[in-house]
Amino acid sequence: MTFWLVQALNGISYGVLLFLLASGLSLIFGVMKILNLTHGSFYLLGGYFGLVVLQETGSFILAVLGASLAIALIGVIIERFFLRRFHLQQLPQVLVTFGFLFIFSDIATVIWGANPQTMPRPELFAGSLQFAGFYYPTYRLFIIGFGLCVATFLWWLQDGTRVGAMLRASVDNEEIARALGINVSLLFTLVFGLGAFLAALGGVMGGPILGVYPGADFEVLLLGFVVVIIGGLGSLKGALVGGLAVGLLDNFGKVFFPELALFTIFAPMALILAIRPAGLFGRE
Amino acid sequence: MSAAGASSSVKSRGSAALLLTILVLAVLPYLLSTYYLGLVIEILIFALFAMSLDLLIGYTGMASLGYAAYFGVAAYAVGLLAMKLHWSVWLALPAALIIVGLVATLFGLLALRTRGSYFLMITLALSQVAWGIAFGWRSLTGGDDGLPNIPRPELAADWPLAGDRSFYFFILLLVGVGVLLLAHVVTSPFGFALRGIRESETRMQALGYNVWRYKLAAFIVAAVFAGLAGALYAYYNRFVSPDYLGVFRSAEVLLMVILGGAGTLIGPAIGAAVIVLLENVISAYTERWLIVIGTIYILVALFAPDGIVGFVRDFHARRAKS
Repeated sequence: MTFWLVQALNGISYGVLLFLLASGLSLIFGVMKILNLTHGSFYLLGGYFGLVVLQETGSFILAVLGASLAIALIGVIIERFFLRRFHLQQLPQVLVTFGFLFIFSDIATVIWGANPQTMPRPELFAGSLQFAGFYYPTYRLFIIGFGLCVATFLWWLQDGTRVGAMLRASVDNEEIARALGINVSLLFTLVFGLGAFLAALGGVMGGPILGVYPGADFEVLLLGFVVVIIGGLGSLKGALVGGLAVGLLDNFGKVFFPELALFTIFAPMALILAIRPAGLFGRE
Repeated sequence: MSAAGASSSVKSRGSAALLLTILVLAVLPYLLSTYYLGLVIEILIFALFAMSLDLLIGYTGMASLGYAAYFGVAAYAVGLLAMKLHWSVWLALPAALIIVGLVATLFGLLALRTRGSYFLMITLALSQVAWGIAFGWRSLTGGDDGLPNIPRPELAADWPLAGDRSFYFFILLLVGVGVLLLAHVVTSPFGFALRGIRESETRMQALGYNVWRYKLAAFIVAAVFAGLAGALYAYYNRFVSPDYLGVFRSAEVLLMVILGGAGTLIGPAIGAAVIVLLENVISAYTERWLIVIGTIYILVALFAPDGIVGFVRDFHARRAKS
């Protein structure tokens, strides 16, 4: 029983990190129709930036905020100067976001080397919690709680605010939204920045349990894709359900079938594709 | 000059260029050292690889982000068949192409449930499945270490392609056959139907074409040619590793197609030559090839979206006007 609970919590905390990543990917696609391959870099650079800020200031909160804001700024620059001109042109978007993925991955290796880096847990959550006769690291519980807060916030942003209404309007019909006086181009920049912010958030928050290492960018990009394929591109609910599903599948897969680990993720993905090509919550 | 005259002069200039290319390729082994001959072999193989992807991107309008899967699967297939079962090239090569065809059918059936960005993501995810198998199934594939020492093909029991020159002609012949077949495919009624699908799926549907079946056929045909390139590359390098199926290789062949110019067969071949040569020149100076090629991706998107062929065409059009 304890075993199942511990493994389930491990899967859920990983799933929450994947949700942070995939919600950004999904949001950017939903609003701007851009498949952002640089998303993996935002996650990885977020982790490295967080590490630097943590070493300089010793504050985990500053590391989380500073790194995520810096990555959001990078995202905004990429959107403004490189992606803006290729609105709805898929191939150039793929080239540009691929290009940055490779450049950032190489730059990260130059600066931080090929060895994995470990990030210490924040002091407040360094310990373990004891309940029902077993110990569980509080930091993972904190990630779960934090992720659910972010999910609630995004929901409120999308469904309960004026900005959210503008977003939904631009998704449904961009031209009419423009005609109604909504500043769609500013909205696009904000969305891309927010998406980058969320990916970096995942990178910093995941640092203490997963480490920060070269290749993580490609790894999480792929998992992010699987999450949105299962959940449906452009759907917040899909990112959450898909993220938790992939987190649990990955964790239990690694425990029970270590040599087939990828299959426990890809087999359900193939099944969903066969039944619902647009994902569980995606729109055709 | 009348329009018909202009087009026939273009055509005769085209065949003259083709003959000249064949002539040059035939005498190259007598002029070049082993190292440079190796570069030409790489260019030939990647040209075929890029041309086959262009059947999807340029002619059918489907971009794949996981195209190296087929290149790599065939490379592993010939490697394993040659090493574990000691099959000759005459058995191993066709068997590898059949295996690639089957894998492409399976992947195509899944990927073609979708379109647009979903299609991009799914092709990438599926190629990572193949990568995961190559990486994880150590007892068969050697995992990260790959399969070293794949034997050079033997045309008959006592006729090994030991020399660089005879191996070069073996590659040239097979790539040549591949390119001719591809050229035949794109100018056949099937090829024109694919172009129709690129322009408007709904219109082709209305004309009575089974669009889905055409797309699946294009997906499989392209993959088999990519497989031919991959199998030849395994024989050339005498080595296969999971990198053959990786994201980087998929992205690289995509760049070759777009850099050269999608929608023409000559474009991707030029793109392949440029990237192979550039990689060899630049890696002599720096290990940061990823930064360089990443920058090329962005520059191509910004300044040469129609590729080198499009650039030359624009230049000619402007000169003709003035």
